[in-house]
Formats: sequence, C-alpha cells, structure tokens
Amino acid sequence: MSDVMIEECPLRGMVSLRGDFASAAFQKALHGVTGLDVPTTRRIVTHKDGSVAWMSPDELLLMMSHDQADAVVSALEDSLSGEHHLAANVSDARACFRIQGWGAHEVLAKGAPVDLAPEVFHPGEIRRTRLGQVAVAFWMTGEDAFELVCFRSVAAFVSDWLQMAARPGSFPDVFNA
Amino acid sequence: MLILHCPYCDVMAEETDLAPGGEAHLRREATASDDAAFRDYLFQRRNPRGVHFERWRHAFGCGKWFHAARCTQTLEVFGTYSAQVSTPPDDILAKIRSRRPDWKGFE
Ligand SMILES: [Zn+2]
Repeated sequence: MSDVMIEECPLRGMVSLRGDFASAAFQKALHGVTGLDVPTTRRIVTHKDGSVAWMSPDELLLMMSHDQADAVVSALEDSLSGEHHLAANVSDARACFRIQGWGAHEVLAKGAPVDLAPEVFHPGEIRRTRLGQVAVAFWMTGEDAFELVCFRSVAAFVSDWLQMAARPGSFPDVFNA
Repeated sequence: MLILHCPYCDVMAEETDLAPGGEAHLRREATASDDAAFRDYLFQRRNPRGVHFERWRHAFGCGKWFHAARCTQTLEVFGTYSAQVSTPPDDILAKIRSRRPDWKGFE
C-alpha cells in the first residue's frame, strides 16, 4: 500500500549563482546573503530563510521566499562587483514539487537512474539527474519527503509523470519490502 | 549499460545521465594547416577494438565534460578524469597497463 502525495510548491525564490567557489570574495558574498558557507559537493544546506544547493563545481542554487529573490540578486551583485560571476533570478523559470509519503523513494526511483535506497540517499544530499526524459534535481526534506525542481516549461509533464508513478498499487516495493 | 564516475559530482552516473562526445584528446589544427590535416582533424576518428579514450558530458547532472578510458571490447572502464588535460594522466595509463599488458600505449 502507498499513499504518496504529489503537490506543486507555492512560488519560490530561486537564484542561480555562478563563480569561483575558491575565491574569498565569492565566499564572502554568499555568506553575507545567506550566512552560509559554500556547500561541498552535492550538498544542500537549509537555514531559516531558505537553502543553498551545490549544482556543479561553479554553480549554486539559492532558494528563498519569492519576493526576496530580486533583493538577493542585488546584494550579490553589489558584493561581487569586479569579480567574475553570474547571479540571476530564475524563480519563474523553475517549478518545484513536493513528493511525500510512504513510498516516495520508489516514485522517484521509477524514473531516475539514481540509487534511492533509504540507506543510501539521505537528507542533505541533492542530486541532479533526469526524471523520465527531463532534467530535474531533488533532495530530501525529511523522512519519506522529497522536493524536486525542474524547468517550468516541463512542469505539467513532471506533474503528470509523478501523479502516474504515485498511483496506489503501482509500487515495486523494492525499498518498502 | 555503461556506468561512469563523474569526477565533478563524485557519483556513478548511468549512461542515460550522460551525453557522448566522441574521441578524446583531439588536437585542433591551426589555421596554417593544410587541407589534409584539417580533414583528418574534422573527420578521421580512431575506432579501436580495445582501449579507447572518450569525451563524455554529465548532461543531466553537473553539465561538465570529462574524459573516460575504457575498453570497447569488454566495456571495462579503466577510469575517468578531468577534461582539462591533453593526455591521459599517469594513474589511468598505469591502470590500463596493469589490465592490458600488451597495450601499445597512448599515442
Ligand atoms: Zn557530474
């Protein structure tokens, strides 16, 4: 039996920040805006106002409330002036989904080539991969709870895909056995 | 199914997470090169049965290019390494030699 709930998250502020992680100015700018250090490989760190996720060796995704995103970009631009970087408000380019409930691991495992066994994939890790045929990134927010971001242009597809994969009775029960 | 280690994400990425980029370590011909050299640079590719060096991109992951050394006959992967080198690193070459003692070496 399963009862996995799929829902689209309310609008969320998302800022793509690229630059040299080793640069002191970059670290200082990130710390100034979020109070956090640059996350290590594939880590996502959450603080009271949002999250910072490692996306690649030179790219982070900052998440915050939707109305703060422009202010975050300005603050980053200010502290990174003269430093090679990119800070862009991508809030409206992305959609975010919540996958929650007993069997959430199996819903994602049906479409992503990732080891999602509960003893392998833990909260604090973000994985960029594909779901079906489209690019996504997901991470855990608690036990049997994931959040997933994808491009807004494929949000309807991802929503349908997740709903279909979460149908009761459709679980292989590999992890839940 | 090919599974390669992405040196940037430090994950074992499955083939469907990756995009192939063809033969590795090609040297671009300069503008002064003659037509034959340009033709070879653009179109001539090795197609060995055995040890081969390739470019791959972690397309659905970090988006970065990297290199892979593998055997086209057995699909054994000798290792993956940075895209920012023009020849395979020593540890990869040593691994290949230990697995394929009769290998002629990287040219
Ligand atoms: Zn990668």
